[in-house]
Amino acid sequence: MASRAAQQGFFFRLHIDFSLLMGLIILIILGQVILYSASGENMALMQRQGIRLGIAFVVMITLAQISPDSIRRWSPIIFLAGLIMLIAVLLVGTKALGAQRWLNLGLFRFQPSEMMKLAVPMMLAWFLAREMIPPNKKRLLVAVIILMIPVLLIAKQPDLGTSLLVTSAGLFVIFMSGVSWKLILAFIIAGATFTIPMWFFLMRDYQRQRVLTMFNPESDPLGSGYHIIQSKIAIGSGGSFGKGWLNGTQSHLEFLPERHTDFIFSVFAEEFGFSGILVLLAIYLFIVLRGIYITTQAHGTFSRLLGASIVLTFLVYIFVNIGMVSGILPVVGVPLPLVSYGGTSIVTIMAGFGILMSIHTHRKMLAH
Amino acid sequence: MHERHRITDHFTELRIFYNRSIIAILLAFVLFSLLAYRLFYLQITNHEHFTTLSQNNRVSVQAIPPTRGIIYDRNGIILAENLPSYTLQVTPEQTTDIDQLIIQISELVEIRDIDIKKFKKEVRRKRRFEGIPLKFRLNDKEVAIISVNLHKLPGVKIQAELSRFYPFGTETSHVVGYVGRINEKELKTLSSTNYSGSTHTGKLGIERSYEEQLHGTVGFQKVETNVKSRVLRVLERENPIPGNDITLNLDIELQKLSTEAFAGKRGALVAIDPNTGHILSMLSMPNYNANLFVNGIDVKTYKALNTSWERPLFNRTVLGNYPPGSTIKPFMALAGLELNVIDQDHQIYCPGFYRLKGKAHKYRDWKKWGHGKTNINKSIVQSCDVFYYDLAFQLGIDRMHDFMTLFGFGEKSGIDILGERRGLMPSKKWKKEARNQVWYPGETVIAGIGQGYVLVTPLQLALATATLANGGIHYQPQLVKSIKTSATETIQIKPKIQRKVAINQNSNWQHVYQAMTDVIHSARGTARRLNKPELRYQIAGKTGTAQVFTVAQDAKYNEDELDERLKDHALFMAFAPVKHPRIAIAIVVENGGHGGAVAAPIAGQVIESYLSQFSDEELNSSPIKKPKVIKTNTEKETAIKAIEHVPEIRKTLQIKHREHEHG
Repeated sequence: MASRAAQQGFFFRLHIDFSLLMGLIILIILGQVILYSASGENMALMQRQGIRLGIAFVVMITLAQISPDSIRRWSPIIFLAGLIMLIAVLLVGTKALGAQRWLNLGLFRFQPSEMMKLAVPMMLAWFLAREMIPPNKKRLLVAVIILMIPVLLIAKQPDLGTSLLVTSAGLFVIFMSGVSWKLILAFIIAGATFTIPMWFFLMRDYQRQRVLTMFNPESDPLGSGYHIIQSKIAIGSGGSFGKGWLNGTQSHLEFLPERHTDFIFSVFAEEFGFSGILVLLAIYLFIVLRGIYITTQAHGTFSRLLGASIVLTFLVYIFVNIGMVSGILPVVGVPLPLVSYGGTSIVTIMAGFGILMSIHTHRKMLAH
Repeated sequence: MHERHRITDHFTELRIFYNRSIIAILLAFVLFSLLAYRLFYLQITNHEHFTTLSQNNRVSVQAIPPTRGIIYDRNGIILAENLPSYTLQVTPEQTTDIDQLIIQISELVEIRDIDIKKFKKEVRRKRRFEGIPLKFRLNDKEVAIISVNLHKLPGVKIQAELSRFYPFGTETSHVVGYVGRINEKELKTLSSTNYSGSTHTGKLGIERSYEEQLHGTVGFQKVETNVKSRVLRVLERENPIPGNDITLNLDIELQKLSTEAFAGKRGALVAIDPNTGHILSMLSMPNYNANLFVNGIDVKTYKALNTSWERPLFNRTVLGNYPPGSTIKPFMALAGLELNVIDQDHQIYCPGFYRLKGKAHKYRDWKKWGHGKTNINKSIVQSCDVFYYDLAFQLGIDRMHDFMTLFGFGEKSGIDILGERRGLMPSKKWKKEARNQVWYPGETVIAGIGQGYVLVTPLQLALATATLANGGIHYQPQLVKSIKTSATETIQIKPKIQRKVAINQNSNWQHVYQAMTDVIHSARGTARRLNKPELRYQIAGKTGTAQVFTVAQDAKYNEDELDERLKDHALFMAFAPVKHPRIAIAIVVENGGHGGAVAAPIAGQVIESYLSQFSDEELNSSPIKKPKVIKTNTEKETAIKAIEHVPEIRKTLQIKHREHEHG
């Protein structure tokens, strides 16, 4: 016990939360194991992912060193910079796969929308923490506008997954700031009253069809439904204990699309079965709960709001990704956090955890 | 005050936050439970369902086409076989620009437009990642050229497969027929399972009528495939059952000989073994090379074949309807004798024409000045027309019809290739039904010399000759001799008797045989040129000349003035040896002129060639079979009942075949 305390003290001085770090490391190891299988034992791809993870760790630890106060002060500037870059993307961005998401900065391509996943909650936390929470209606309106601008810009790229995550990150800040349930209810009713007439009067038949297919992919088995049908087959055929590592037929015979990115969970489910899934979900749950614990211990409204938003956005990542590959949510491009192959999301998520660690380890020991 | 506020505010804020945090924790648990429940539902509750789907996904069943049965002649010489051939295949999914690729290929080897057309049609039908044939039967040079350039041609491969080949494609085109690529119409009728791997099916002749025997049963292999349908490994394999080999009664040497003898002429020849009904030779001229059709004939060649006035694609042996002319006379004489209209000593005076009582119209004899006193023998040997005008008139058309039908005139022979015409043996009833007209006596008169409405196919004439030769046993003509249903079992197709002609008096038949023998072996016979001193046997026959062009009442038929196509058809029917008939033959040479001059020599050659395999003893020792006298009609009926029809045989064979599979 003593040594553990000492160890924790050691990590604490490095501004690192040991429990969170352990959870993340276990998750990443598990993620690498399944990525090896999902990528078809592609070592080059593993290497690239390794480098990204290394960068992500450096970013996390670096951010953990910066005090929440500095982060708070920089928030509006980062948000503004992000906004400008989002506009730049729309004007001069690089197109890929039918969407305009990247800024070509010569050496590397940069995705400003990814940055907004952190910049938006930072900005909103900064704004709401300037005065007492819960915010009054006027401030709430301003907060919603701050949120809507980047969301609309991202949705226009179009990038449904990211705009969804940015929206939820912002909404979590607003929710955690204690907006009354009455207002939340009003918001939901307003949303519904806006959606229903749009569905019946404004949308054309083909648009309605597209939305219906999104919610019921089986109706289009060769088009958009193909992915989800194959994914469900992969998950379902995994059974209790799975087909074994590297033995997933769905993934290795290439029936499963995007198996090392958005659909990596299906590979995991196919090869490790329901028991493997429970282990993975347990690790995720541990990280989420640890995150919530950190935010409850946090000092200052800004830290609490931002911290809670980061943790809950992480939860949304998990839920939306697993929900979509298992067929309970429509398919929007959301990766399985820290497991899916792909650079920017890993860095953003780890940056978020860096901020969490900073929040946890920079507490002034005066509050009781 | 300020401090207090701040502290109160701080606690308010904390309380609000903690409340929301509890909700957040609850949310986390709810969402995780939802996911766990969903995954439990997929992985535990519906595990079996998805396992099945996953199996279906990766395992696909592929058809392995069976090897087509080989067709042999009666002596085991191959008439249709499967030769390895190289096919140029293109997999569209592996190419970027298919049209560009085809242009590229056609710079290396010749690609016909029809190939491209068929290829594009196929592209829409085939499964993904399957090669589609673009050019069949590459020769060695083409294989080499493509192989060398293969690296420049993505998606192109050379596939070795079996292709149908007819070594005697020209000689046997109308009999053996050919296979061709399955067309859309056939796709609907053929078993989709059994033909799932097949590209070809029988189109004509034996290839078509024995398709079920020749095709065989498809095999399958279960293969593991990836999403692109690429085969990764074979999991299970059920071998195809090759098609049954078929042996024909046809003698290819005889067929080649008839073809040569017919060179430059149009017409048909059918030779039958009168003891069995087996078809020994069957030729329709001009013919064509069946190999042209196997992998798609090009439009130009097809058009040339199809529109030629010589009609090479027309199978004259079963489709050609010709007036039998004088070849009907032996049957007429027999009818007169057997029906007691005339006796063996019957004699008329032939003045060169015949006139019905009270009518002015003269029915001319071919011999302008007449044959004078003419008995049965002379009427056949010298082919007197007036004798038969008179006989026909005495018999009446309906009795003629009934008697001739016993020999198969006017009815389908039942030969085992599809599509034959029934010819025409007219009757009063027929004319009433078909044309709604009454029968005129004058029509009976000309029917007596095989003109007017009477039409026969060369096959019918040969079969009737066989029936006459063997003493009235009317067989069903058979091209197929045996079918090899497995490595150890061969089914012999038994001769099938359609009916036995009731015989009134045996000597009547002998009388006709003698007259027919004298056609060849007497000094004045119309086919006397066949009589050679070195013959080891006697031939019985009858010449015929069928009018194509009707000569006006007072005009004279002048051969030289007539257009080639309006010249008379030359006919000849014969059997030999007279003592023990082993071959019956009928020949039609279109616009050939006189039967004795043009048709008979071909028959002589074929008979000679066929009989050369028999010893003197076999040819002459056994006396002519005494035709059994059948008195009652019931016996005739049982004989008819005994007929086994070809389709039925095929059906039983098919059942047997299936039993083998299961056994």
